[in-house]
Amino acid sequence: MPFIPHTEEDVRRMLEVIGVARIDDLFDEIPADLRAQPLQHVPEGMSEMEVTALLQARAREDGLPVCFIGAGAYDHHIPAAVWQIATRGEFYSAYTPYQAEASQGTLQLLYEYQSMMTALMAMDVSNASLYDGASGLAEAVLMAVRVNRKSKSRRILVPRSLNPAYRQTVHAIVRNQQIELVEVPFDAATGRTDMAALEAHAGTDCAALVIPQPNFFGVLEDVDALTAFAHANNMLAIAVVNPVAMAVLRPPGEWAGQGADIACGEGQPLGAPLSSGGPYFGFMCCKQEMVRQMPGRIIGKTVDLEGKAGYTLTLQAREQHIRRSKATSNICTNQGLLVTAATIHMALLGGEGLARVAASCHANTVDLLGRLTAIDGVERLFDGPVFHEGVLRLAAPAPDILRSLAAHNVLGGYDLAHDYPELGSAILVCATELRTSSDLDEYATKLARIMAARSQAKCPVEPKFN
Amino acid sequence: MSNDVPTDLKYTKSHEWVRMDDDGIATVGITDHAQELLGDLVFIELPEVGTELGAGAECAVVESVKAASDVYSPLTGEVVEVNEVLADAPETINQDAYEEGWIFRMRLAAPNELDALMDADSYAEHAESDEH
Repeated sequence: MPFIPHTEEDVRRMLEVIGVARIDDLFDEIPADLRAQPLQHVPEGMSEMEVTALLQARAREDGLPVCFIGAGAYDHHIPAAVWQIATRGEFYSAYTPYQAEASQGTLQLLYEYQSMMTALMAMDVSNASLYDGASGLAEAVLMAVRVNRKSKSRRILVPRSLNPAYRQTVHAIVRNQQIELVEVPFDAATGRTDMAALEAHAGTDCAALVIPQPNFFGVLEDVDALTAFAHANNMLAIAVVNPVAMAVLRPPGEWAGQGADIACGEGQPLGAPLSSGGPYFGFMCCKQEMVRQMPGRIIGKTVDLEGKAGYTLTLQAREQHIRRSKATSNICTNQGLLVTAATIHMALLGGEGLARVAASCHANTVDLLGRLTAIDGVERLFDGPVFHEGVLRLAAPAPDILRSLAAHNVLGGYDLAHDYPELGSAILVCATELRTSSDLDEYATKLARIMAARSQAKCPVEPKFN
Repeated sequence: MSNDVPTDLKYTKSHEWVRMDDDGIATVGITDHAQELLGDLVFIELPEVGTELGAGAECAVVESVKAASDVYSPLTGEVVEVNEVLADAPETINQDAYEEGWIFRMRLAAPNELDALMDADSYAEHAESDEH
């Protein structure tokens, strides 16, 4: 079956009827320099057999390394039932069917997802997902500017300790809407947002403060102080959190008593495997009084004419099919399948299971950091408490060490040099619940050997015979 | 079109009404015709007191079960009061668009702008033609 329904003959006849010579002429009003050029580096099509062989070869190149990289995406156990159920025909679609009369199962699942997320975040309402954590934060920033009518500035305070990919994504999305992102530095000793530097913004007009928990360094921020600062200065508090961490840490809805205003983040740790960066999904929750400015679909529970429970899209006047250009966002739920998996994942683990995963990740990471810092030339960079990641400074160039580790099938961590040159040779390491004690041993043993070999090589070698 | 367009008010093409009060403050709402088109209202986004509005500026949103529509300021001025009743009872506009269902009151910066607005007859004609 052809994927493009019009034959060349069809196209020719349609153009003839409307009196246009070529399809390109239909786009005349778009200036030539704004048009996308043909893709330069896309090779010719391949047969299924060739593609299978190519991808198997690529997969073999990966080997089966032990992963100690986090930095925003995390290697967690996913119960086999999650994707077994998520890929059933009734659920298996990237797009979410919304017709209430035909899609009660999907709509109920999304309603359950929203209920789980509000419970996890201790927030009033949740939407039915966004694209990913980074674009979800951009949506939260846009929402904060709409909600905060006390602020006229369109300035947002963004800690440097926030995931650099998130900072770049937010910048890319909001810069043309005259929203200014103001960086707040971190404390060099603790790795937390520098409260003294933040205080310099007290009394200034900013729409919101972004609060990561944990931050990119894995360090726990003083979320109560940050939230209280935001509210004392007429700013909204936007929480960017790891959902697994929220099973053991105080959730955004409880920060500083009154709670953060918006909570968002990356949903990947809830049932999505690491896979070349995606597909993942973003989540977003907010306070009830802000719900009309929240982007994305929201599923509500209601009753039909006979009084039976039913599920349907609600508060749709926020959305593009009703409000067009004045909609809160043009987001739909492209990520419905990932949300399906996350809902099943959370249902299988339960609150207690998720808390055990979080506690296990934390214990493994503390154990790993202890073993690695026992090695000469390896030290902790920040002394603040961490969730399941930590920063290590190496007395040798990080890329060399990571390359040596990779050669021994250990993905040793994320090199921070590009995003944080001020930290010197530093890596971000993570040990989830999947890492066993022998995995930690293997990493520590190999790193010790590599570091020792390097320090020996630095000894001046005297020629034996003069 | 019904004949119940109050004759003591001024009107805009975008279906707002204005009442000039004795204290020089103007009260603004949407017409009965507008609420009929929108259907049951479920939410009114009110302007902030103290906001300076230009004539024609978006200043409120009325949301019904089937649509959401912007309300435009008929005149230039400052918002001095909003109808808080609408926060919990948006249906007040459906029930009584010209009295209890007022949306906000404004102090006018240029009262002569009133002259450019429509009277009841012109509005009734406009609303009727709008239906086709």
